[in-house]
Amino acid sequence: MSEGMRGPGVAERGNGHPEPAAGAAAGAGVPAGVSAAAVRGPGRGRALVRSVLPPLVLGVAFLLLWQLVVAVFDIKPYLLPSPTDIAGQVVAVFALLLSSMLATGLNALIGLVVGGVLAVLLALVASRLRVFDRMIVPLVAGLAVVPIVALAPILNTMFGSTSDTPRRVVVMIVVFAPIFINTLRGLRQVRPVHRDLMRAYAASSWQLTRTVTLPGAVPFIFTGLRIASSLAVISAIVAEYFGGLQNGLGSRITSAAANSAYPRAWAYVFGAIILGLVFYGVTLLLERFASRRRS
Amino acid sequence: MTTPVQTPATGAAHAASVAAISVRSAGKVFQVAKGAEVRALDDVSLTVAPGEFVSLIGPSGCGKSTLLRLIADLDEATSGEILVFGKTARQARIDQEYGIAFQSAGLLPWRSVQANIELPLELHGVGKTERSARAEELIELVGLTDFRSRFPDQLSGGMQQRVAIARSLAERPKLLLMDEPFGALDEMTRERMQQELVRICSETGAAVVFVTHSIPEAVFLSDRVVVMSPRPGRIVGIVDIDLGPGTQRSEGLRENSAFFEGVTAVREALHGSPAAPMGVELR
Repeated sequence: MSEGMRGPGVAERGNGHPEPAAGAAAGAGVPAGVSAAAVRGPGRGRALVRSVLPPLVLGVAFLLLWQLVVAVFDIKPYLLPSPTDIAGQVVAVFALLLSSMLATGLNALIGLVVGGVLAVLLALVASRLRVFDRMIVPLVAGLAVVPIVALAPILNTMFGSTSDTPRRVVVMIVVFAPIFINTLRGLRQVRPVHRDLMRAYAASSWQLTRTVTLPGAVPFIFTGLRIASSLAVISAIVAEYFGGLQNGLGSRITSAAANSAYPRAWAYVFGAIILGLVFYGVTLLLERFASRRRS
Repeated sequence: MTTPVQTPATGAAHAASVAAISVRSAGKVFQVAKGAEVRALDDVSLTVAPGEFVSLIGPSGCGKSTLLRLIADLDEATSGEILVFGKTARQARIDQEYGIAFQSAGLLPWRSVQANIELPLELHGVGKTERSARAEELIELVGLTDFRSRFPDQLSGGMQQRVAIARSLAERPKLLLMDEPFGALDEMTRERMQQELVRICSETGAAVVFVTHSIPEAVFLSDRVVVMSPRPGRIVGIVDIDLGPGTQRSEGLRENSAFFEGVTAVREALHGSPAAPMGVELR
């Protein structure tokens, strides 16, 4: 069942960062390829090569073409810097890049964990209490379409602009909806035969939740988490565009661009892509780990 | 040769308290859509003695599964009375007086064979060491020793059903309720499973109510076959099967003339032949 949920449509969301995602096409294939190969037994080396090589080749070809186009047409850096320029900047600001990635990553992680736990808990309540279900589901549906990052300036005023809290709150709200909705759908998938069985065992409703409902919903929770992990990084970065602390990727990108240091801005964008991939890859690995225990 | 067939006839008359199951004029009406009703079960009475193997057979919609679900207290009877070991069906369920198996094995896919068998023990607070010891016994009983740590989707349908049967036996119930447990299996697996079930049941001495729509299956397994008819579901006849105790029932029995007689008697009762089948009791 969990296999079926792993659609390519969702996988593409991992690359749904701002357009320069294409620049990291070489890296994009790596996490997916590695984890796909990890579960195969014999011949994994060959499978690894087969799944990693094509995107790698494409990525390198793309970077070469990019470099060539910039050189041949003499494109100005403020329009599009060359990959080597960007790479040079990545090296030059490496320490700062790393600390910015950590700062933004921590905001995304805290928001994701808190929002995720809250979403699963509330979905559990909603699956048990019909009244609550009717109250919260329309609200969450509404929440899902509101551009939450637009709240960032207001939250900055609320929590003070020297705090990371507003960004974490933004992430928390953004990740809530996909995890909540998927979890709730999973919690409603209890098979009648399992329901009968637990009734025959005179199991309490908490026992039903713990032994049947919640474990059955795990693949659904992970589907939500996978969508949410990319959203968490995106929203943590975008939330920084609205002022506040100057310690994360988003604020570095805006300030570099404001100073016309375009290759440097691109270097931070590169960092943002890596961060997004790390979040996506870790979630994927967690999911594999969880689903390996069941088959 | 002792034939347990005689006990229910005499036992039913005076001692409902000792009967494994006592169903008196039970009826079940389902509400469908607005105001419309379906009478799934109408005025059904049946007594099952301790250790007796009783099959419920009939065409779909005859209420055989409904009757089983009423006994298991998965549904509530709309009329009549159902006693299990002298208790109400609800109390018997709460006291875990029966083990149950369904047509779909209903294993939890994220639990290993052993953990699935331990499930009822775990839910009822049995300690870890005792649990795994009991699971060990049962795994051996159903012949899955090499598969203890496998997961359900790594097992064939027959193996899954064996796990489900082992699980139903986990708490040494004196009553087993089985709703077409072999319905989804191929014929060969099915006959082998019947053989094993008949052995397991005579070893454990549990009474069994077994829902099926296979005549040979019902005859091979049972001490008595309860024949039901649909719209509304009711009992049209009870056929005594005199094939000896479960321990003596083996593959060879399927070629035995007594077996064929039983099959014929059940078939006649099913098709409402005027010739009265042997041992019919209509109530």
